[in-house]
Amino acid sequence: MNSANLINLAYIAAAILFILGLKMLGRQATARKGNALSAVGMLLAIVVTLLDHHVVSYTWIVAGLIAGTAIGVVCARAVKMTSMPEMVALLNGFGGLASLLVGWAEYGKIRAYGWDAYLAEFSGNPVFTGLVIFLTILIGGITFTGSVYAFAKLAGLVSGKPVRWAGQHTMNIAMLMVMAAAGVLFALTGSPQLALVAFTAFLVLSLILGWTFVMPIGGGDMPVVISLLNSLSGLAAAAAGFVIANNVLIVAGCLVGTSGVILTLIMCKAMNRTLVNVLFSGFGADAGGGSTEGAFQGELKPISPEDTFAVLEAARQVVFIPGYGMAVSQAQHVVRELAELLEQNGAEVRFAIHPVAGRMPGHMNVLLAEASVPYEQLVEMDSINPLMPQMDVAVVIGANDVVNPAAASDKSSPIYGMPIIKAHEARTCICLKRGKGTGFSGLENQLFLMPNTRMLYGDAKGTLQGVVAEFKALAAS
Amino acid sequence: MDLILLLFIFTLAAFLGFELIAKVPSQLHTPLMSGSNAISGITIVGAIIAAGVDDNSWLTTVLGTAAVVLATINVVGGYLVTDRMLGMFKKKDSGKETK
Repeated sequence: MNSANLINLAYIAAAILFILGLKMLGRQATARKGNALSAVGMLLAIVVTLLDHHVVSYTWIVAGLIAGTAIGVVCARAVKMTSMPEMVALLNGFGGLASLLVGWAEYGKIRAYGWDAYLAEFSGNPVFTGLVIFLTILIGGITFTGSVYAFAKLAGLVSGKPVRWAGQHTMNIAMLMVMAAAGVLFALTGSPQLALVAFTAFLVLSLILGWTFVMPIGGGDMPVVISLLNSLSGLAAAAAGFVIANNVLIVAGCLVGTSGVILTLIMCKAMNRTLVNVLFSGFGADAGGGSTEGAFQGELKPISPEDTFAVLEAARQVVFIPGYGMAVSQAQHVVRELAELLEQNGAEVRFAIHPVAGRMPGHMNVLLAEASVPYEQLVEMDSINPLMPQMDVAVVIGANDVVNPAAASDKSSPIYGMPIIKAHEARTCICLKRGKGTGFSGLENQLFLMPNTRMLYGDAKGTLQGVVAEFKALAAS
Repeated sequence: MDLILLLFIFTLAAFLGFELIAKVPSQLHTPLMSGSNAISGITIVGAIIAAGVDDNSWLTTVLGTAAVVLATINVVGGYLVTDRMLGMFKKKDSGKETK
């Protein structure tokens, strides 16, 4: 058996490991093993690729592998759980850029060999290879700068607010059309000079487009953007697979691409919006939007940590509803401490998780898991809502739009139709909030004005520590 | 390799991907995303070939090496961080030992 066959057999084995790994990642009991299995598949693919007969020099490969491993290990160890959305965005960006560079290097190879020698040495069809090089650069470039911009937004390096200007979408579409034209020219032209010009054009434009495409999308829509970029990073790898005619890249990249698409659609559904609406509406840019504010009157009723303690102490059924604010104030550990004290006090405690709470899919689950909240206590939106009227107290921790009753009742509200956790149906609702401002959507939250709602102002971590202290004082006395 | 065959593989993989992920509980969305993110680092295979090929062009080597570094960060960082997250998901019994 020659080495090419051996390599391809190993790629099949790697693909099987990826598929099994992904399947096992979908269930709690097997998830960790599944991740390890997929890592073994990756190792196998890397090792056999070193045997490829085109690979003649190992110096730079080994140097690159060592440097990348060192950086990867440090990042993975050092990152805080609250910073996980940034981390995922950044890793996505690196994957996208790597695919872009693979496409670029292949073009470099074609220029170095000349088409005839290239086609004799590698397989392919000039038009097809040209088109997929274009696609790799296009998708990889958008993934890279889009992810970097998302990272900057999430890390607070740039404002999380949507950045919009007139003609923004027209400009993006114009760029896309110029790139498509350049791509076709690149694939069809016989002139190396013209090809180089076209290549440079779509390389530069793809990097600009990734940036301008994420700009108008607000911080609260990040779960959609992150999963979409994840999908794109897979598709970029698949496109690179077409460039170098490599099965394992196509299969693995495509699996990631489709899984990302599914997550993206789940996130859109959880907001009752279409993907087009999320990407192009610049939601929250038109702050206020409250033509109906006169229709709903009420006042904000503050509550102290001491009174919060009194309410919770008497409660038998308590549900916590966390949002991005919990991540910002790093309150997950003190929340868990409070939950345990409530359980010792005889209450039943649940955590209600909205699918788009936080800045990436599953963000709240990760934070609560970090604080050792057992996952049986985490309840999905559809399971908790029927139980809501039986809840004595609902504690909303830094969540806003996902508990806004206007989504269900106010047809003029921009978030009308979005499924919410019905915190307002609990007997008492305590909302933890940093200050009196509106959330990312710029909407006044009707929940805060309802008669059974009390506002606990201040940093969630600090105020909850106050409540916990009251419980401990009670236990000590 | 036959181009049609590559497209065929791509199509089948797309359907397989949809089937695999369709019913994942929302708790596992983040690990699923970062785990699949690590798989997208498979582009490292292309990067290795680009970095190791001998076409007498320094450009290919530079681009290939940079791609190897980035893809390795993606792969190593992605798998490790996913494992770290999954290690924190605990059942009720094991979660109580801190008490």
